[in-house]
Amino acid sequence: MSDVIAAPRAKVEEKLFQNRYLVDAGRPHIRVRPHTTPSASLLAMTTLCPAGCYTQNESGQVEVAADGCLECGTCRIVTRNTGEVEWNYPRGGFGVLYKFG
Amino acid sequence: MGEFSKPFDAIVVGAGPSGNAAAYVMAKEGLNVLQIERGEYAGSKNVQGAILYADALEKIIPNFREEAPLERHVIEQRMWMMDEKSHSGMHYRSDDFNEEKPNRYTILRAQFDKWFSSKVKEAGALVLYETTVTELVKDLSGKVIGVRTDRQGAPIMANVVVLAEGVNGLVGQRSGLRNEVSPDSVALAVKEMHFLPRETVEARFNLSGNEGVVIEAMGTITRGMTGTGFLYTNEESISVGIGCIVSDFAESNIGPNELLEAFKNHPSIKPLLAGSECKEYAAHLIPEGGYKAIPQLTGAGWIVVGDAGQFVNAVHREGSNLAMTTGRIAAETVVSLTRKREDMTAANLAEYEKRLGQSFVMKDLKKYKGIPDLLHKNKGNFFGTYPKLISQAMQTWFRVDGIDKISKEKAIFRNFRETRTVWGMMGDAFRLVRAWR
Repeated sequence: MSDVIAAPRAKVEEKLFQNRYLVDAGRPHIRVRPHTTPSASLLAMTTLCPAGCYTQNESGQVEVAADGCLECGTCRIVTRNTGEVEWNYPRGGFGVLYKFG
Repeated sequence: MGEFSKPFDAIVVGAGPSGNAAAYVMAKEGLNVLQIERGEYAGSKNVQGAILYADALEKIIPNFREEAPLERHVIEQRMWMMDEKSHSGMHYRSDDFNEEKPNRYTILRAQFDKWFSSKVKEAGALVLYETTVTELVKDLSGKVIGVRTDRQGAPIMANVVVLAEGVNGLVGQRSGLRNEVSPDSVALAVKEMHFLPRETVEARFNLSGNEGVVIEAMGTITRGMTGTGFLYTNEESISVGIGCIVSDFAESNIGPNELLEAFKNHPSIKPLLAGSECKEYAAHLIPEGGYKAIPQLTGAGWIVVGDAGQFVNAVHREGSNLAMTTGRIAAETVVSLTRKREDMTAANLAEYEKRLGQSFVMKDLKKYKGIPDLLHKNKGNFFGTYPKLISQAMQTWFRVDGIDKISKEKAIFRNFRETRTVWGMMGDAFRLVRAWR
């Protein structure tokens, strides 16, 4: 089991290559508001996001790269009380395009 | 744009099962319906296990079996209690399920929703894809009179807006019609599509023709979090996934993908997937709060259906049938008000809730209203202690090793008593029975 636990991050990225996306270049639908220290909820997203979109940078802030987003909305709900995540649907037609769903 | 200068009888936001059911029924009855979907096609944003329960769709499209893209009809249900290395199961398989009009099918939502959407258009509704509804438009009295989208400049007007926007429905929340979903009343589920030749699927699951098997699993696979795993057979693929309550995930520091990998590598699951090719990885939220989490469902000019209204029976893993049924009942309410030339006031639309109350939807959700809390508050026992105890009991019982059966029985009872105490077990049993009734 330990080998499974050790390598989830790389595997998520590989998995996302199976999916179809239409990326709305330059118009990310999720933004993290500027902060110095992330709340526990925002920090949890670095593990919780199923697409691995959230990372913590060297100076401790949490960043999002939403190109691989699966549009589940978990981050929006988890940070609903802190307001650190600004979440919108991608423009019509953009984002993940499930082939099987 | 001036193309929608005349108000529609109804606008439906979203083209999943609830929105398609609502749009179809209203269009079929002659209403002037506009449906708006943000995906490139209906289904492109939608994720489900997925099992289709025939009854709910049959009430809307009686001959759906002749045209809908269905995968396999379910003849066998496996319920598994799992610990790290084992599963104890209850299986039910019956040839009665090989009937002329089967009761349950596995489906692929992207394909199924696309088909359902084609029926909506056939029935006469206008469907706009690749268009996101950004907000509701209200008049001075607060009545909803239309929507704005990210494409049309001017608002599009309608007598009533049916919100079928799903569990992650922003429009209703941002318009103040309902509160933001709480992290402890939704599950995050991740799922993969694994492809195999159909002969392999059939040999592996003891199936012939279009017969199918579904496995629902609980136990230590969710590592003490409230959740379940599943594995469904499709025509030439297997859907495998796992989900847990979002607040449990947030506290646990366990990632959903990590949990799915461990589930796929469980010794009871791994051989079922061997040699398959994964072609998609999906994630979605599932409303799990049940009856107590249902928001306000109607108001002046608006009505909520499907996942947006938290219509999921978590105990029986039913959702799409509740979605279609709420969509149909909402549509029937709107049709009857339109025919009577009645206004879509809050008081008139409340008829929808009255009709829902008489349907299986509300009766079932009411029956299980205590279950979500019970499982959540006792998750360590239900998703950790008991699965382990049951596995140990099974193993003690089945392993033949020269120890007499009376000693084995004693060892099993001692293990239960010491791990969970008699009072603890009686309390859990009592609470479960009370919540179930």
